[in-house]
Amino acid sequence: MILIALIAWPFVAGVAAWIAGRRRPHVARWVSVLAMGAGLLALAVVWIVKAPDFALSGHGPFVASVHVAWVPQLGISFFVAADGLSLVMVTLCYALGLLAVLSSWREVTTRVGFFHFMLLWTIAALVGVFTALDLFLFYFLFEMMLVPMFFLIALWGHERRVYAAVKFFLFTQIGGLLMLVAILALYVIHGRQTGVYTFDYLQLLGTHLSMATATWLMLGFFAAFAVKLPAVPLHTWLPDAHTQAPTAGSLVLAGLLIKIGAYGMIRFMVPLFPQAAFRAAPVFMGLAVLGILYGAVLAFAQRDLKRLVAYTSVSHMGFVLLAIFAWNTLALQGAVLEIVCHAFSTGALFAIVGLMQERLHTRDMDKMGGLWLTAPRLGAVALVFALASLGLPSLGNFVAEFLILIGSWRVSEPATVLAAFGLVAATIYSLWLIQRVFQGRETPAATMPDLTLREGVMLAAMAAPLLWLGVYPQPLFNAVRPGLAALQQRAVRGAPPPSSAVLLPPPTTRAAPTGSDAGAVSMSGDAQ
Amino acid sequence: MTAAGVVTLLPFIALTLSAVVVMLAGTFHTSHRLTVGLTLGGLAWTLAMLPVTAARGGRQVTELLLLDDYTLFFIGLLVLTTAGVVLLSYGYLERRESHPHDYYTLLLLATLGGATLVASTHFASFFLGLEVLSVSLYTLIAYPRLHADFIEAGVKYLVLAAATAAFLLFGMALVYAELGTMSLNGFALLHVTGGGAADTSLLVGGFVLIIVGIGFKLGVVPFHMWTPDIYQGAPAPVTAFVATVSKGAMVALLLRYFRGVSLNPHDTVWIVFAAIAAASMIAGNLLALLQSNVKRLLAYSSIAHLGYILVAFLAVGRTAAVAVGFYLVAYFVTTLGAFGVVAELSGAERDADQIDDYRGLAARRPLLAATFALVLFSLAGIPLTVGFLGKFYVVNAGARSQLWWLLIVLVATSTIGLYYYTRIVVAMYVEQPQALPSAPRPARLGAIAGSRASDAVLIVVAGLVLFLGIYPAPLIRLLEHVVAGLP
Repeated sequence: MILIALIAWPFVAGVAAWIAGRRRPHVARWVSVLAMGAGLLALAVVWIVKAPDFALSGHGPFVASVHVAWVPQLGISFFVAADGLSLVMVTLCYALGLLAVLSSWREVTTRVGFFHFMLLWTIAALVGVFTALDLFLFYFLFEMMLVPMFFLIALWGHERRVYAAVKFFLFTQIGGLLMLVAILALYVIHGRQTGVYTFDYLQLLGTHLSMATATWLMLGFFAAFAVKLPAVPLHTWLPDAHTQAPTAGSLVLAGLLIKIGAYGMIRFMVPLFPQAAFRAAPVFMGLAVLGILYGAVLAFAQRDLKRLVAYTSVSHMGFVLLAIFAWNTLALQGAVLEIVCHAFSTGALFAIVGLMQERLHTRDMDKMGGLWLTAPRLGAVALVFALASLGLPSLGNFVAEFLILIGSWRVSEPATVLAAFGLVAATIYSLWLIQRVFQGRETPAATMPDLTLREGVMLAAMAAPLLWLGVYPQPLFNAVRPGLAALQQRAVRGAPPPSSAVLLPPPTTRAAPTGSDAGAVSMSGDAQ
Repeated sequence: MTAAGVVTLLPFIALTLSAVVVMLAGTFHTSHRLTVGLTLGGLAWTLAMLPVTAARGGRQVTELLLLDDYTLFFIGLLVLTTAGVVLLSYGYLERRESHPHDYYTLLLLATLGGATLVASTHFASFFLGLEVLSVSLYTLIAYPRLHADFIEAGVKYLVLAAATAAFLLFGMALVYAELGTMSLNGFALLHVTGGGAADTSLLVGGFVLIIVGIGFKLGVVPFHMWTPDIYQGAPAPVTAFVATVSKGAMVALLLRYFRGVSLNPHDTVWIVFAAIAAASMIAGNLLALLQSNVKRLLAYSSIAHLGYILVAFLAVGRTAAVAVGFYLVAYFVTTLGAFGVVAELSGAERDADQIDDYRGLAARRPLLAATFALVLFSLAGIPLTVGFLGKFYVVNAGARSQLWWLLIVLVATSTIGLYYYTRIVVAMYVEQPQALPSAPRPARLGAIAGSRASDAVLIVVAGLVLFLGIYPAPLIRLLEHVVAGLP
């Protein structure tokens, strides 16, 4: 029941914020803050109560689930469940939702109630996406969030907001529709084989597919998730959408929406079509490396500060894609850590750009310089997040990318070597950013007040998890390991196709400190 | 015809009598409100007769009409939609027409024509229903006769519909010459058995001519040329009627007697239908991109939607039949809503059909803009709306029959569709109203007080779009029962 509450809560709060905001904009803000805060508190309780469960081996990977028939004629049910991975994502949703509300405190001044309504509905749909285990429900929420996100960009964005919003909408929609066709094809094939027409992910896992069919269906899923992630040839919506969105929109986009791509691949695509996915892995790892380098090079070429940050997302998500197709414990844990850390580090950079735009009314880096003199605290905070982005040890991103590189080394050495150059490029563009904006010659037009207390607290709250995960990431690994191990057992590299339709088996690995033995299990059958 | 037959025909009798009563009342008492009340009363009476007939079980009355649950369901759908159109017309005609009485008589007669079409089992009743529907529409389209646009549209429709009716009639004659029967059932059996001995050139010719007649009514490519002109030229409530009742009745007939086509994929007739479906989806969506007139845009989008319906029509099995029914209901509800908004915004001088008329609507009339946005997202197939489930159902039916190419076309073109629907949404929500001193119209259009009748329709439509979009199970159950009797 806690899951239903977590999904329904932002929907309800969104309507309340809208109604409240019609008279007094400030009430809408407070309603949203309280809603997100209350959700976070509830999640904290869940973490504390359920935390021992994650460490237990032999315990099913799902700590909470709800299964209610919805459209029984078509085998559609309202099936939500959370394992450690889902719970991490849901917590991330609420945390970034809170930060998004805080970051738009002064930026959004028109139609405030409507803005918070849209923001909270996006969060609600996201929470649903990260917990849905019915493919219909997943697709339903996946598509549903496009509308509020579209409005967030189109109504409160910057100069070219309509263009960016429509582009985002269309790209995601065509990817989503291809996934819908793939979902339905899988549903029909499963129905033919077993006589049971259902969208239940756990049952569909056992579907026996020929290699050709599996490849086509996997490509349908890949289309949707690669657009979201984004993988390189499909990334062109991202710089526009991120740049034109209001700060809250950029935060939600970079922190949560694009993570659906990674989550979807880990949860659905690879376990449903393991053989097809592994056969295509070299191609996708190639795309990942291309994304890492291309994103970094393009980031370096930008004059628009926000666009620069947007392109770094392309680069960082390349690492996640690389990890997913390496598909071993180290890489996957690195991917989850990267998802979390990137949400905070890039989210914070977007928030900083938003603060600067509020003050300077420009995002053009040529018009900035020497800002450290007038705003030293802002400069220092920006430096922290730039360092996180380039992968400085002791901050979470370093641990994540390090694990990903170790994990993918075992699968593809050339890809790993090339991906490592991405770290070098990240160092260059991050330091270059700081140098151009905060150091250098002072531009007379560019003087601005320093951080306020609200902004300072907000950014500190984003830096804290990075530091924590950089020093002691073990609790996160403990939480996600059983879920990931169950998925890995489903999809073992190089193994023959599964013949029986067993439910997710319990993880066999003991809760080892680094999960290295689980990695060894998946490595043993490695075709490389 | 026996007494039992008369009881079975009660819905038809109710509709016919209502038309007469409304006509007579108009000659004695010239109150618009009374006429509308009588019309609605007549429609309600017809609806009330449906369960009476249903209780007697499916029944053939003479050789011409069959009133089984399938027929009754679609008659109910047509009647309810007509009631919506009547309510929309009330406010619309109040603003611009002094003698609106015959309008409602014609509307009832057109509905009767549609109902006959749905119930027909014979070429004679098929043609009769079609003509009653068409002849009423000629007049309805040109009804506000003070405006040249309406008259032009009416004449255009008259010429084209009369010509295609001739095609249809000639096709029927050819089929009759070959088969010696005018029963639609015998005709339908042909496809199930794959033609066989009767597969002669005369028969194929007749069949093609009949397809021309049906294709014209549906407005699918290549028989779609009239659609944008008539949609643009006709008064908004009549456009809603043409888009829903007139097309829907024909889809119901097609689904009952032509489903055999789906059993023989790669048969010539099957390929003809598949080509029509693909061409409608592609041409409808691409041409809609070029429109700046909302009514024309909706016309092209309706061409595309009929293409989607044909995809489900070409799929095999009960699920596909349910998909056609579900999509049709979704299409009815959303189309009525879309034209309802257009009608509500239309002033006395012209219809609010330019996208510019919708600029900044969200600021002027937030609820109306929200309804229109909801309906447009439903047409685009976004979740939480009935349009999404409709599209989902169609893709589901197509996937079960492995119509991959048609599905890819559907996916690609409906993404294009999303683009032009969002254009209107952007106009309503993002853009500011035009501030041209020489064009006072948009300001005045927004200032018109919404009449309560059309508000009620829009509220019901919005409620249905959301309700069926979230909880479709009851409608699906009903449809499964309804199509169970199909061959």
